[in-house]
Amino acid sequence: MKFKLIASVSKSLLLARWKQTLVAAIGVTFSITMFIGLLSFMSGLNDLLDGLVVNRTPHIRLYNEILPSKIQPIDKSADYNTSYNFIRSIKPKNKLLEIYNNAAVIKTLQSDNRVLGIAPKIIAQVFYNVGTIDLTGIINGIDVEEENRLFLFKDYVVEGNYIDLKNTTNSIVLGKGVAEKMLTNIGDIIQITTSKGERLQLKVVGFFQSGLQDIDKVQSYTSIATAQKLLGESNSYITDIQVKLKDIALAPALAKEYAALFELDAIDIQTANSQFETGSSVRTLISYAVGITLLIVAGFGIYNILNMMIYEKMDSIAILKATGFSGADVNKIFITIALSIGIFGGLLGLLFGFGLSALIDQIPFNTAALPTVKTYPINYNPKFYMVGGIFSIITTYFAGYLPSRKASKIDPVIIIRGK
Amino acid sequence: MEKSILECIKINKYFYDPVKIQVLKEVDISIKKSEFVSITGKSGCGKSTLLYILSTMDTDYEGKLLIDGIEMRGKKENELARVRNEKIGFVFQFHYLLNEFSVIRNVMLPGLKLAKLSEKEVEAHAYEKLKILGIENEALKKPNQLSGGQKQRVAIARALINNPIIIMGDEPTGNLDKKNSEIVFNIFKELAEVYNQSLLIVTHDNEFAARTHRIIEMEDGRVIR
Repeated sequence: MKFKLIASVSKSLLLARWKQTLVAAIGVTFSITMFIGLLSFMSGLNDLLDGLVVNRTPHIRLYNEILPSKIQPIDKSADYNTSYNFIRSIKPKNKLLEIYNNAAVIKTLQSDNRVLGIAPKIIAQVFYNVGTIDLTGIINGIDVEEENRLFLFKDYVVEGNYIDLKNTTNSIVLGKGVAEKMLTNIGDIIQITTSKGERLQLKVVGFFQSGLQDIDKVQSYTSIATAQKLLGESNSYITDIQVKLKDIALAPALAKEYAALFELDAIDIQTANSQFETGSSVRTLISYAVGITLLIVAGFGIYNILNMMIYEKMDSIAILKATGFSGADVNKIFITIALSIGIFGGLLGLLFGFGLSALIDQIPFNTAALPTVKTYPINYNPKFYMVGGIFSIITTYFAGYLPSRKASKIDPVIIIRGK
Repeated sequence: MEKSILECIKINKYFYDPVKIQVLKEVDISIKKSEFVSITGKSGCGKSTLLYILSTMDTDYEGKLLIDGIEMRGKKENELARVRNEKIGFVFQFHYLLNEFSVIRNVMLPGLKLAKLSEKEVEAHAYEKLKILGIENEALKKPNQLSGGQKQRVAIARALINNPIIIMGDEPTGNLDKKNSEIVFNIFKELAEVYNQSLLIVTHDNEFAARTHRIIEMEDGRVIR
């Protein structure tokens, strides 16, 4: 009942100056629209750029690093374990890249319920033979199906069918950059030389484009079996285990755990790609800053209009107070006005923001570096809409706060006697 | 002795700007139920100042103010607002109607604020008051469609809506012509005599004052009669 009365008084004051009210509401609508549009677009771009690397990168990679032993024989000697031992010219020990007993490691990982999936991999250094010239390159031997499930391999195969890699023996998916240098087409046979000097002929079944040119100029993919044949190793040979987790945030902790458990080197995605995270967080920060600036400007608009309204409606406020409305009631009336501008403008803004995002989403965006992207990327994250809505209410509340206080402090005696 | 509905004892009031001036000096007033009292005096004698103190809107004074036997000093702003809402009706020189609301809504506003009755009942009361004042046909118009005299009558209806124990007026006929002043005066008189309504009217119109039940005359901040 009491709120109904305050609402009806607020409404009448609002409608008395409906043009100004509309301008104020449009200010809020505009800023929320831009806020949503900007954040959705920026965040879409972020996701795209991160996806370039993050989708293709395992959350944890288990491998053997070629390093000198941390503990040298002299450290184990009881005679010298209390002294500093200086040894010069240490060389890495002859440790193989192969992961020992990898079947057991994979089994353990598969039974860990924090793990989404694992894909074994072989990395081999090769030369692509083009006439008399040898191009250096890297061949990744992959489990085609798992690689596709976990790392969206299919999306990056721009020509040919990825599954042929599994179905055709001695086949290869060439990096787009390599293919251009070698002038090959799908169905051609190319020759490569391994680091041990063995030669092998492989059939090209597809081209691969990651969007990162440096990678496309070097890397190619074969099945694990082909890679093992290439290196002349047994069918249990693998050099890397790629782990994808259910929660990416756990990666650093789990990487340490697995490194200790399996006595392997482990690197997590956060450590490997920290620069990407920094980039996205800075871009997000900028979009928030711009959005909030817009909102604050809109807030000043509301502040001005309320102030004007108070000067204009001084008489009405005075008579309301004389007939028994308390300062708190008058305060509520003006806060109600401010908030209804904020809520109305904000809701429209959210709607228009969605519209703007949808519009940007339709704009064609073709770039050679990003084969899977056809239009500008948009992230329709409900979080932005929540933040936008909450911000519009908070800023309009604060914009209304000072004028409302002023209105509530109006002394009716001064107004009424002043006439 | 009949109980006073409005009583003030030794009211002193100072203005500080630009220098300290005492505008009210030891004012004692007592008003009983159904009295029709006028306060007169020359311009600047403090009669309006006194009225605003009596109305609880001005709280910066010395002395005691009792409304309906209750001390007003020390009450909070919202409690005073409640007192004004429930126990005092105002009529000012200017009507101060809200142009955004219809006449009937204007009359209902203080009643809705009091919220003792439902909206329907308040509306019925408002019609009743407008009928007493002879303007029930204008109920759905906007205030700016009415004449000056009609507006002032709407303002009186608004003052009456919560059945206040006293109606205070600050030059209520000051803006009206002779004919409308007469109408307003007759309404006041009828309210006092037929409906036992207490009235306290500040006026500098001696003819108006002479026809009330009691005249309080002020000079230089003192009550002289």
